[in-house]
Amino acid sequence: MHDVTLCLNGDVHRIRVEARRTLLDAIREDCGATGTHAGCEHGVCGACTVLLDGEPVRSCLMFAVQADGRELRTVEGLAKDGVLHKLQQSFIDHHALQCGYCTPGFLMLAAGLIEADPDLSDAALIDGLSANLCRCTGYANIVAAVRAVLGRAPS
Amino acid sequence: MKPPVFEYHRPASLTEAVDMLGGLENARLLAGGQSLMPMLAMRFAFPDHLIDLNRIPALAGIAEDGGTLRVGAMTRQRDLLDHPVVRARLPMLAEALEQVGHRQTRNRGTVGGSLCHLDPAAELVAVATALDAELEIAGPRGARTLPMAAFPLGFMTPALEPDELLTGLRFALPALPQGACFTEFARRHGDYAIVSAAAILWPRDGRIGRASITLGGVGPVPVRLEAAEAALAGQRADAESFAAAAACCGALDPMDDAQVPAWYRRRLAATLVRRALTTAWERADVR
Repeated sequence: MHDVTLCLNGDVHRIRVEARRTLLDAIREDCGATGTHAGCEHGVCGACTVLLDGEPVRSCLMFAVQADGRELRTVEGLAKDGVLHKLQQSFIDHHALQCGYCTPGFLMLAAGLIEADPDLSDAALIDGLSANLCRCTGYANIVAAVRAVLGRAPS
Repeated sequence: MKPPVFEYHRPASLTEAVDMLGGLENARLLAGGQSLMPMLAMRFAFPDHLIDLNRIPALAGIAEDGGTLRVGAMTRQRDLLDHPVVRARLPMLAEALEQVGHRQTRNRGTVGGSLCHLDPAAELVAVATALDAELEIAGPRGARTLPMAAFPLGFMTPALEPDELLTGLRFALPALPQGACFTEFARRHGDYAIVSAAAILWPRDGRIGRASITLGGVGPVPVRLEAAEAALAGQRADAESFAAAAACCGALDPMDDAQVPAWYRRRLAATLVRRALTTAWERADVR
């Protein structure tokens, strides 16, 4: 067993995990933050995307012990003082979700992309969002929602 | 699924990592984990020990050194893709890296990890072959170097002893004017290529001086299309000579698999070679 300290959305979590515990499972099971969703658990769907030191990663493709001392942000960290993050509000406004299962992954991916480059081109945005799967075929509305946050009119 | 039980080791230096690799039974190295983690989750791999290389700072980093670019094995694919020297001097490498997985996987995935995993369709394996990269390898008997062409011994089998690890690679920065193109076909952007093609053309007196053509995904290891390279030397760069070069793909012996039949890969290879050569020549800036 390994003692691991995770800084999750600003809160410090001291957890004790097996080496084989994925970061995804540690976030959900050991830190109790179930907003991050487990999809395929082998790096294909992107549902488990979180920000690791500000950069999007797939939390199923990393062990919790590897994230010791690192800063993590998940969907629970987006809203502040009961006010939704502009991406969350835009997803609602643009009907960018149906069942919502992929939504936390898309939100964190989009947050990472636009924080890294607030002038992200449409081509780079679509390239970036192509990393995640949505089985309700909501891609067009997801792209529209993120474009709106970037200040762009619907295409 | 969940990964099987293993013992986790986190060496702080290369020496420590080499000692662990030589001393532990059934140990595997953990680089970026973007291929190994799925293999663990799907129970394709059952290591007793995982040696995590992620906290050995000396293994990561990019440095221009004379006429070469030295890349540490643990350099993230994203960092190499964004490096200004890569963008300016080795644009084909950037072009290939853009097609390796996605932002999330490139943030974690390493250059050395992809090379050692040695998937026959991996972009980095094909482009490192095309660019004649030189590999640096460390082990208990010391360090050695190896040309990329000698690295793949067979399907997913790198020329590494069980107690050796890849520490870095060197790309020669092009001295002579050239045009290069990496192109691939995959069913979805970010997937492994079904077939990829990398072409480099060195112009001379308005014609093709020398050509380099590498294919990925058409055999267990990358293939240099030597017959086409020889045929193109001294030729005029036009549709006819590029079509003749592409026709050399008829001699390829690719594998059938669940995704596509062999004949399709052969056809795809010919199309991609023609496209790669055409684009490489457009970029060669011939005057």
